Amino acid sequence: MLRSSLGRKLMMSLTGLFLILFLVVHLVGNLQLLAGDGGMSFNRYSHFMSNSLLIQTVSKLNFTFILLHVLYSIWLTRTNAAARPVGYAGKAAQAQSAWNSRNMGILGTLVLVFLIVHLKGFWYQLKFESPAYTTLPLPGGGSEVVVNAYEVVRVAYSEAWYVGVYLLGLLAVSIHLHHGFRSAFQTLGLGYSSYSQTIRSVGVAFAWIVPALFALIPVMMYFGLSF
Amino acid sequence: MKEKDTIALTLKVWRQNGPSDKGKFETYTLNQVPVNASFLEMMDLLNEQLVGQGKSPVAFDHDCREGICGSCSMYINGRAHGTQSGTTTCQLHMRHFHDGETITIEPWRAAPFPVIRDLVVDRSAFDTIMQAGGYVSVNTGNAPDGNAVPIAKTHADEAFNAAACIGCGACVAACKNASAMLFVSAKVSQYALLPQGQPERRERVLKMVSTMDDLGFGACTNTGACEAECPKGIGVTNIARLNREYFGALLGPGD
Amino acid sequence: MILNAKIPDGALPEKWTRYRSTVRLVSPANKRKLEVIVVGTGLAGASAAASLAELGYKVKAFCFQDSPRRAHSIAAQGGINAAKNYQNDGDSVYRLFYDTIKGGDYRAREANVYRLAEVSASIIDQCVAQGVPFARDYGGLLDNRSFGGTQVSRTFYARGQTGQQLLLGAYSALNRQVARKQVQMFARHEMVDVVVIDGKARGIIARDLVTGKLERHGAHAVVLASGGYGNVFYLSTNAMGSNVTAAWKAHKRGAFFGNPCFTQIHPTCLPQSGEYQSKLTLMSESLRNDGRVWVPLRQEDAQAIREGKRTAAQLKEEERDYFLERKYPAFGNLVPRDVASRAAKEACDDGRGVNPTGLAVFLDFRDAIQRLGKDVISARYGNLFEMYEKITGDNPYEVPMKIYPAVHYTMGGLWVDYDLMTTVPGLYAIGEANFSDHGANRLGASALMQGLADGYFVLPYTIGNYLADEIHTPSIPTEHEAFAAAEARALELYQKFLSIKGSQSPERLHRNLGKIMWEYCGMARSEEGLKKALGLISDLKSSFWSDLQVGGSVNEFNPELDKAMRVADFIELGELMIRDALDRKESCGGHFRTESQTPEGEALRDDQNGNYVAAWAYQGDSVAPELHKEPLNFEIVKPTQRSYK
Repeated sequence: MLRSSLGRKLMMSLTGLFLILFLVVHLVGNLQLLAGDGGMSFNRYSHFMSNSLLIQTVSKLNFTFILLHVLYSIWLTRTNAAARPVGYAGKAAQAQSAWNSRNMGILGTLVLVFLIVHLKGFWYQLKFESPAYTTLPLPGGGSEVVVNAYEVVRVAYSEAWYVGVYLLGLLAVSIHLHHGFRSAFQTLGLGYSSYSQTIRSVGVAFAWIVPALFALIPVMMYFGLSF
Repeated sequence: MKEKDTIALTLKVWRQNGPSDKGKFETYTLNQVPVNASFLEMMDLLNEQLVGQGKSPVAFDHDCREGICGSCSMYINGRAHGTQSGTTTCQLHMRHFHDGETITIEPWRAAPFPVIRDLVVDRSAFDTIMQAGGYVSVNTGNAPDGNAVPIAKTHADEAFNAAACIGCGACVAACKNASAMLFVSAKVSQYALLPQGQPERRERVLKMVSTMDDLGFGACTNTGACEAECPKGIGVTNIARLNREYFGALLGPGD
Repeated sequence: MILNAKIPDGALPEKWTRYRSTVRLVSPANKRKLEVIVVGTGLAGASAAASLAELGYKVKAFCFQDSPRRAHSIAAQGGINAAKNYQNDGDSVYRLFYDTIKGGDYRAREANVYRLAEVSASIIDQCVAQGVPFARDYGGLLDNRSFGGTQVSRTFYARGQTGQQLLLGAYSALNRQVARKQVQMFARHEMVDVVVIDGKARGIIARDLVTGKLERHGAHAVVLASGGYGNVFYLSTNAMGSNVTAAWKAHKRGAFFGNPCFTQIHPTCLPQSGEYQSKLTLMSESLRNDGRVWVPLRQEDAQAIREGKRTAAQLKEEERDYFLERKYPAFGNLVPRDVASRAAKEACDDGRGVNPTGLAVFLDFRDAIQRLGKDVISARYGNLFEMYEKITGDNPYEVPMKIYPAVHYTMGGLWVDYDLMTTVPGLYAIGEANFSDHGANRLGASALMQGLADGYFVLPYTIGNYLADEIHTPSIPTEHEAFAAAEARALELYQKFLSIKGSQSPERLHRNLGKIMWEYCGMARSEEGLKKALGLISDLKSSFWSDLQVGGSVNEFNPELDKAMRVADFIELGELMIRDALDRKESCGGHFRTESQTPEGEALRDDQNGNYVAAWAYQGDSVAPELHKEPLNFEIVKPTQRSYK
């Protein structure tokens, strides 16, 4: 079933929705960077995440879904391109649809590049390069030594160009989501006329708010601000 | 309304001798086109001029010229059926163009719609999809009384909205992926909404979708260009319904 | 030759039942061996092809369009009649029969019409079962509207697209049989000759319109469902491709042509606006349910409107002449089409036309919008109003529509007996292609009824009566010399068209033919005019054969060449129509002879001399056709002067 056009669309939709969900979880964690406690909350969160079996499993799934999302999009794009071997001289019809809906491939590629930069900068560095350590007080007294993830982030976000890259990347995410959110529901067949408007509105709100909150982190950290 | 009764036009028209010919644009000038003429009547005038010059006329499909048979199929200035929404080429009138305008006219472009000549394409792929399941299996003479099963007006009306498809192919032409999902979804929706369509509901959607895929149409990426270009205003909610029907048929309890 | 309509014995209401119970049958095993060709895939053709295939016959279906779904039945707007009496308003089979006979001005065969009324109810059931989305009321039951020429609401409809929905239903049934390989479908094919072997129709020659190749197709019976010939007038509400070629070739091979002069002029069409115009657009008759037809009472006001000095809205109630309501108080705006058309012509002839050409009357929704609200009107006619605005640029919610009569339907067609068989054994004609059920005028919403009645419920029975004798006939070999001769004849014609190399396009010759027909054989016909027209047609024929210009070659996609063949046949048909109109000295239905009218200017029938079907036999290209008359016997209905007052 996952070979038919609709099956492949379903894969795009389900993997996309999972990634949307992931964004929320990721955001909640990352907002702790702005706690103003010298990175204590964030480091505790980071430590928990990297030592939880559940989270590690979900993380593997996440990578798998990203991969599937990319591979299926390439497969679909190739089929779709083959369906129109000779193009048009006039393009105005396609202008009847939103720009992002027609350019999800380009946007997706930008997001992917951003993702690679992001993973290289943080995940890879924390996981495979020798990180700095710090101590965290334990609730019951005493302390433990954990990776100082906060410091890695702080150093990275003190570079203006790096913050710039993030803002651009998040902009691509936002534009991608503007179409992707609604589109995922439509593909699942949930675009009933009665609540397609609601899905559309929620989707637009999501596509603005979530990347904006993500963007808040590098900007505030660059200027040394916190809540 | 009438500043001028006629306009002059430059026409860039796709000319292609046959399916194997490469084809190219030819440019013609046409003067004194009445603004009250329809687009196809403008094409008639062009052909009259071409024949007068000993050139071969531009081939294009057309028949009823009242927006219902679905024959006409021109891609005008980058839009399927031209710039007016909810309008077929035959109902597009020259009053919507201005004096001195250049109009680009192309055939529908899609692998499953090969060009036969000039602006004429072969849309028999649509018939093939319909043959795969676009019917209710009821032999003549078997029918119960027409009022035996009441159908909620909302369902009947919605089924009608989907059934209004004229099979012109503008959805395929306008879609960046040359997808036929609006066309398929309209027929699937019509039957899914009516009690008469229920017995074959599952089989119908599976067969129609797989035939559509086999014919080489692209997949929908939910851009909505089809809905915007459909001369009969068929909505993408039908595509959502098609998806539901398809996944329901695959995942639901089988036979 | 004595025409035998083969009407079964018995009382009128029992004829069809008795026929069905006694007609010869073909066993399923034999049906598998019998082939039937169906030409045309409109309501009649598609329904017949599907139903015959369901029975087990091997069917080949042909249409000139790129898909069977595009046949011109698709454009029928208003609805389909059926004697269901769902509205409890006193309808019955008898009333539908009576209304149809009366509406046809007593020039149709009682037995055929009664059968039509009888099977009408089954059509609705069949279409509902196919998933045709008819309009329904809030209780979920089928809705009806009223139509011209009747006083009951028996018209079923699917918004303003009834023909489309019914055709798509028949098309779906056809597709099902194509998928089952019971029907072989030939789209973009035009029939260019019937092949007759030993006096029986045994196949056709068809041109593949894409490659230009001529093909031979054999069958045990041939069914023509090729529609009407309204395009003989050039401007009509027919599709551009609608043509008489299939029927005309059949006529030339021996099928008599019935009542060719009976054409219907539809009152509610958009007026012509210029020479470039290629067709006239119909606005559904259903509009007359709520729209009021009027012209200014005074010529001065009409002139002011024509010149743009006054508008319709400025004319007070007493300055308007609602001429249909005035002349026909009982039926008002819902008089039959011929009556409404003629009244509009009279008003315009009187100098009270309302568009720049002087050939238009108002169809006004002002009062209906006031009474019912814009929403109700929009729900009923929204798509028609949009279509009107698209074409004319005027908004009918704000200004009255302008309409004028236009050629719409041809009651005449190939003469058929009760079995729907022409005078060539094994050659059938169904739907608009035959002459049978509408007499001299067709009521609104009856064309769809007849097409589907013939295809779903009549032909599948009657064709067995003939095929029962053919069960020993093996598959028809197309190597037979009759096929070779017919193919050679067609090829010769095409080559002739190409060789003339004159200066007039088929289109222009067609347009000229249309002008002659409309002027002299249109809404009003006189002996003097018709005689003049005969001469004009003869001249036109000469210029066709000496000055035709067609480019390209035979073996290619060549629409101009297709058109040349169609125009050649239209010219010959036009001549026959004029002869028929000359011969029928009475006025009846759509045939109005100026010499035969009542003092009030209504059509005056002559039941002494006019009570017959004219069936014309082809005698050769340079020989006058021979007229045969089938007398009409009215056993039940007594012909009276129609009155809608």
